[in-house]
Amino acid sequence: MSTVHLSAITKQFGKVTAVEDLDLLIREGEFFTFLGPSGCGKTTTLRMVAGFYYPTKGVVKFNDRDMTTVPPEKRNTGMVFQNYALFPHMTVFENVAFGLKVRKMNKADTKKRVEDVLRKVRLDQYAERQVSQLSGGQQQRVALARALVIEPDILLLDEPLSNLDARLRDEMRAEILRLQKEYQITTIYVTHDQVEALTMSDRIAVFNFGKCQQVGTPTEIYNEPVNDFVAEFIGETNLLAVVEAGSGESQRSYHVDMLDNDVTVNNTSLNVAEYTENDELRMSVRPEAVEVSDQPITGTNVFPGKVKMVQFTGAAVHTYVEMNDRLTLVGTALNQGPSTYLKEGAEVYVRLPEDQIRIVPKAGV
Amino acid sequence: MLNAEKRKTLLLLIPVILVLIGYVLYPTLRTAYESFFHNGVLSLQNYEDFFGTKAKANLQALWNSVWISLLSVLFSALIGVPLAYIFNRYEFPGRRFFSNIAIMPIVLPSLVGVMAFMFLYGEAGLIPNAIKDLLNLSEVPFKIGGISGILIVHAYTMYPYFYMTTASALSNLDPSLEEAASNLGANRFKVFWQVTFPLLTPGLVAASLLVFMVSMASFSAPFLLAGGFRVLSLQIYFSKINGDLEMAATQSVILSIVSIVFLLFMRWYQGRKDYRMASKGIGAHRSEVSNPLLKWTMVTLGVFAVVILLLPHATLLILSLVPEGTWTWQTYPTVFNLENYTMLFDTPYIWEPVRNSLIMAFIACLGVFVFGIFTSYALVKRKFIGKNLLDILVMIPWALPATVVGMNLILAFNSPNPFSFGQILVGTFWILPLAYFVRFLPLVVRSTNAVLEQLDDSIEEAAQNLGAKWFYTFRKVVIPIIMPGVLSGTLLAFVQAVGEFPTSVLLYTIGNRPISIEIMNQLRMFNIGQAAAYGMIQVALIAVVMFISSRFLGVKAEKSLG
Repeated sequence: MSTVHLSAITKQFGKVTAVEDLDLLIREGEFFTFLGPSGCGKTTTLRMVAGFYYPTKGVVKFNDRDMTTVPPEKRNTGMVFQNYALFPHMTVFENVAFGLKVRKMNKADTKKRVEDVLRKVRLDQYAERQVSQLSGGQQQRVALARALVIEPDILLLDEPLSNLDARLRDEMRAEILRLQKEYQITTIYVTHDQVEALTMSDRIAVFNFGKCQQVGTPTEIYNEPVNDFVAEFIGETNLLAVVEAGSGESQRSYHVDMLDNDVTVNNTSLNVAEYTENDELRMSVRPEAVEVSDQPITGTNVFPGKVKMVQFTGAAVHTYVEMNDRLTLVGTALNQGPSTYLKEGAEVYVRLPEDQIRIVPKAGV
Repeated sequence: MLNAEKRKTLLLLIPVILVLIGYVLYPTLRTAYESFFHNGVLSLQNYEDFFGTKAKANLQALWNSVWISLLSVLFSALIGVPLAYIFNRYEFPGRRFFSNIAIMPIVLPSLVGVMAFMFLYGEAGLIPNAIKDLLNLSEVPFKIGGISGILIVHAYTMYPYFYMTTASALSNLDPSLEEAASNLGANRFKVFWQVTFPLLTPGLVAASLLVFMVSMASFSAPFLLAGGFRVLSLQIYFSKINGDLEMAATQSVILSIVSIVFLLFMRWYQGRKDYRMASKGIGAHRSEVSNPLLKWTMVTLGVFAVVILLLPHATLLILSLVPEGTWTWQTYPTVFNLENYTMLFDTPYIWEPVRNSLIMAFIACLGVFVFGIFTSYALVKRKFIGKNLLDILVMIPWALPATVVGMNLILAFNSPNPFSFGQILVGTFWILPLAYFVRFLPLVVRSTNAVLEQLDDSIEEAAQNLGAKWFYTFRKVVIPIIMPGVLSGTLLAFVQAVGEFPTSVLLYTIGNRPISIEIMNQLRMFNIGQAAAYGMIQVALIAVVMFISSRFLGVKAEKSLG
């Protein structure tokens, strides 16, 4: 077990900068997720931790040891690859035993350790199978077992669930978490799937264009995004351009051009992100915060509109409300029976609660 | 530390580059250098002799080579493409058997094949004489020889390139494309010409280039069949035999230029982005032939093709059973026994060439095997500047006609130099294994490239991540995974080296004369039976290798030839 400390890391491939000036401290035993769209630098960062790339600038430390240019075979990390990278010419047992064999562990101990870890990933029945005879989920578990058996200081997972179907993905998500808690191992998890990130992580780093946009717990990231990219990338949101119109002690007001109106927002750090005078501003309202009603609503930030489309997803109902010909807002409510569904074309009122709005600056590129 | 990877790459590249420079680049340049000397004086006289008005023979030979090659492409395509289409698109009794037989010409080493054709369709051939006797004609109705002979042999041996590319393109072709065209209202004719055919073109162009190159390089067929007809690959041999090494060098340079231009053109063509199929999971798509007349026409066609294709093999088998001195003035052989085969084992001078060939091919293949793996690994898995150049360098011996490779080695190693460790190699045992090594290196590199490209980088990274050093990973992970592909390539190189004729005829000594040379000797002594028996050994060897490859290595050996 160890901490991972990345300081002032920059990685360039020729003229392309994949990661720029990155600082991160990953704590001991933490489940830490790199989240971002493809090409954002998250896998590059992971590979610098694994040692497959060396940073152009900056320092990688495990605990206090400088690992910046240590070759991968001397880092004692366990990595699970996106395509699992199982050795096709070996059995399940041989795959898992590989790392121990390299470490020159004797046969008896190896056997015990491998059997032990295979039991933990519930594959003890399959030890002698060829890996090609396993299903995707089973292959995934072999890859996990192979990474865990060497008792690595850090577990690295590179989009491990992206090749599995939805049901198996849920199952493996729980499995990975269970093993991580059991081994109490510092884990870095790379994904572009926000649901995975939100449900599994202790903390998340959100990447875009080679830069880390925000680091925080899942609730922080979701509730208090620092800019419009984070707000939009994680979860659904209604994002509108705004201009500051006035500032009071307990509330601020912003002009929303698309609504041709002002909205009022509570003046707290939960509702207003840090920004400077020169920043362009955006207003983010989560659909589940938007109130839609066919009865007049009292209070601030109430605007009339017309229902354009009602989308039924089972657990929830999305209502698309056309505010004017430039703007459609989405409101999401839990399904509480047919009485809650609005008719398409109905005249409705939309309220944007002042304690649920978040004002964020536009992300710089 | 930052340079650890680069150091490994460099360490890997140094031997690779040294060998390629010493045995590929230097001999080629040496030939070019020699071509500028006339009677030991630096001059352009040789080129003047080649292109000038004085010696028309060379220019004529170049021109002959070109149009023979063009016609070979045409005839090969005319046989290969329709055959592939019929055998892959229609389902009828025996289809699978026919399609397996269709690649049989590959199982015939070129010299042996030409010999079989001579005895089948030549002046004293079995078929023309049989027809003559059956119909009571006074003369044979037809015979092959000269240009017609060369073209027929070329068409027979080279159509499989078209057959294989067409067959594989057809099986990669998503049937839903044709169905979409039909659905949009195109009739069958339109579907073929506007959808199917355009999608086949990349493969057809590649096959055409390949056949053209192979045909330009062809040596055995003109050697045995040409008579007075001259082609360039043969001219080189004659110049060398006449002792005019400078002219041989000049002719080699001209032929090399043509070949290398084609190699570069082919690389460019295949490297272009073309319209590959995006869809996955393509099922076989064959129309059942229900019309009985059509069905049996196809079966008949199949049977007919099989007979034609296997006749050379059968002829070889029959001839190999004819003992020496029993088939002289008779039209047909009358005595058959196994004497030619038993003599292999109890007569040392009969066995010797077989032993020589096996030993020399083995040495060459050992070299090719080891060196091929490292070269291919460097080319596929390592990043370095000049990779493209190295790739071309590896492929040069493949593109160069065998005769030219032989000439290059003669000119490079008939004097001591560092790459021969200060020895003169020409006239020794070692020159032939070296020639086979150079000739068949590209084949093994290509087949190894194919498997290495399939090997995802993450496999090596996983091993490294688990603590394995590079060499451990290479031995325990990379090598075992790629071994089947490498082995099948090497085995194929082995059988080809055993049968190799063009370089052998330029470089052999009495002491290390290989099978192909002994076949020529036996033919010269009219001991056809023994020559055929040698041929059968090669055919059997190739059959064994193809069986091993497809059965144990899971690789279609013929794939490596394309």
